[in-house]
Amino acid sequence: MSKKTTDTSAAGAATDVKSGLSRRNVLKGAAVFGGLAGSGAVTGFPTIWAQNPITLRQFGTGVSNLNAIAEKCKADLGITLQMTALDSDAVSQRVVTQANSFDIADIEYWICKKVFAAGTLQPMDVKKIKYYDDIVPIFTTGKLTPESKIAQGTAPSTVGFVEGPESKTFAKAPTQWMTLIPTIYNADTLGIRPDLVGRPIKNWKDILDPAFKGKTSILNIPSIGIMDAAMICESAGIIKYGDKGNMTKAEIDATIDFLIKTKKAGQFRAFWKTFDESVNLMASGEVVIQSMWSPAVAAVRSKGIPCVYQPLEEGYRAWGGGLGIARHLKGAQLDAAYEYINWYLSGWVGAYLNRQGYYSAVLSTAEKNMTPEEWGFWMLGQPAKTDILSPEGKVMYTAGAVRDGGSFKERMGAVACWNSVMDEDRYMVRRWNEFIAA
Amino acid sequence: MTLSRIAPYLQATPLTLILAAFLVLPIATITMVSFWDYDSIQIFPAFVFTNYEETITSPVTWNTYINTLKFTVIVWAVTLLVGFWVAYYLAFHIRSATAQMVLFLVCTIPFLTSNIIRMISWIPFLGRNGLLNQTLMQLGIINQPLEFLLFSDFAVVLAMVHLYTLFMVTPIFNTLMRIDRALIEAARDAGASGWQILTNVIIPLAKPGIAIGSIFVVTLVMGDFITVRFMSGGQSASVGLMMANQIALLQYPAAAANAVILLILVLLLVGAILRIVNIRKEL
Repeated sequence: MSKKTTDTSAAGAATDVKSGLSRRNVLKGAAVFGGLAGSGAVTGFPTIWAQNPITLRQFGTGVSNLNAIAEKCKADLGITLQMTALDSDAVSQRVVTQANSFDIADIEYWICKKVFAAGTLQPMDVKKIKYYDDIVPIFTTGKLTPESKIAQGTAPSTVGFVEGPESKTFAKAPTQWMTLIPTIYNADTLGIRPDLVGRPIKNWKDILDPAFKGKTSILNIPSIGIMDAAMICESAGIIKYGDKGNMTKAEIDATIDFLIKTKKAGQFRAFWKTFDESVNLMASGEVVIQSMWSPAVAAVRSKGIPCVYQPLEEGYRAWGGGLGIARHLKGAQLDAAYEYINWYLSGWVGAYLNRQGYYSAVLSTAEKNMTPEEWGFWMLGQPAKTDILSPEGKVMYTAGAVRDGGSFKERMGAVACWNSVMDEDRYMVRRWNEFIAA
Repeated sequence: MTLSRIAPYLQATPLTLILAAFLVLPIATITMVSFWDYDSIQIFPAFVFTNYEETITSPVTWNTYINTLKFTVIVWAVTLLVGFWVAYYLAFHIRSATAQMVLFLVCTIPFLTSNIIRMISWIPFLGRNGLLNQTLMQLGIINQPLEFLLFSDFAVVLAMVHLYTLFMVTPIFNTLMRIDRALIEAARDAGASGWQILTNVIIPLAKPGIAIGSIFVVTLVMGDFITVRFMSGGQSASVGLMMANQIALLQYPAAAANAVILLILVLLLVGAILRIVNIRKEL
């Protein structure tokens, strides 16, 4: 892309011609940026922001609100990021009701489906997104490879674009106006204690095995828990869904009734709501198989307790988040927001996220910021050639280990459904509460 | 108007303002919002009864209220028994006033830590591989870990009793200390047995303390959500938890309607307690 990248930011840059040339190397393609403005001076941005300090207020769910990113952003761009971590419900609420309280919203795609219509976010011009063409196609066309099918649920591609800069209706195919720039995503599955389950785990329905009575758990966040429940029900042959991500009332009833029956039979030990609860349940041996998030698996393992993020035949439940720009941003702040997003996709952050076991939206730039060993382990599913370190430098995997689920293609290629928000949301939540109260 | 006539009003003003701002206003707001309408992301002013209808007609609500009342009754009975026992011992069996005060302060020591910490510390103790199960198994008393100890109603009641007993001890101890010892001597001189003294003299005189303690315990248990959530592992419901869920899902009007219903119920319970016992008599 890029031949037309506009301008306003470049105009500011013209005041500083010399400094920041090294950034040219980091932000490959920055020259293109500059070239458009006809000055070649664009690499001077960081200094500009340092001279006119810009602060962007970003809030979002805890996963990607990382201080390391804010620090690096300050160092590279001179933009101060004020991060606030909230839970997903609070995030949705704030996007809608307090439009001026944030500049950048870091939200999940299903939240986007819920809140975009409120008009508090402005669609982004993909022509200003330098790495747009390199974004993993899951977020644009919806197909990882040309042959893949779009998974059920709120697939990012279905809410990723709107018709025009003022539009609030989602476009069916990619347009010039993107709602969220994808940042971070992953494929979730069940976590198991290989030392305690005592048999191979292959399907979602294995959580219903009477052998694990009183030793299982699913998460009690309705919008996500219902998806795990749906994967379990479908695997067990209880019901076949039209679209797990958008159930009919009858499908919701069937799912919840089955959950209530299972709960009354004593299959579940507990329901967890927060990350640390899931870690404790697993680490203490209270449960041996449960819904889990990948960093929780890493946390259990870091205590020296075996824990596997088990790939299952039916596939994964995936989730993804992205950055949205508040409607009220304009002028220098809007430029800074684009600058920040372009920087986000330029590799350093991507490598950081990939090293945590998540995936980044632009893989080519992230690869350049990772060692070949890291890339092989995290993305290609190869056995680790050296010890694999976390971004903080702690050993996460020793040499020889293989990532659970294998390569990026194997994992993201096997997504069965995306986290979603249903049309019958209110009814689902009411029935879910019934399940918890039963 | 002379100063002496407006003085009482002036004296009452600060409290009136504080109560109006921090009690009346919020409750009025909650009541107002309980009639509003909502969708998945917004609430909007309206005057609808759907929130109450959905709350009252749903069997979940009834089950949850019954469950909450069940916890309330059990916890109230246990804390009353334990609390009265402890207070009685402190008041009548410890002779020196210094020892009484010291022992009473000992009772409050657990309160130096936060109530969440006190509650959560039960989890590693009661767990499947927890201290209690391991000890019992090593002693050969059980072969299988006892599963009901954690993430069960038992765990909820245990934690609540632990958290709330002191609220019973304090007011009962206070009333027992005020009982004129001459009354007990007189009862004994008149030939009453120890049991008769307890039931005919001490308990009737301790009623205000029992009533105050009961009000504390009942209101605390009725409104609790965090203990129920953690100790039942999310398996059990309480009214507070139901509201917390609704708030998390941005269904504020539904939560507000629930809050109003809960408030009415708690006020009725407190009213009933006050009908039975005139607490002012002893204050």
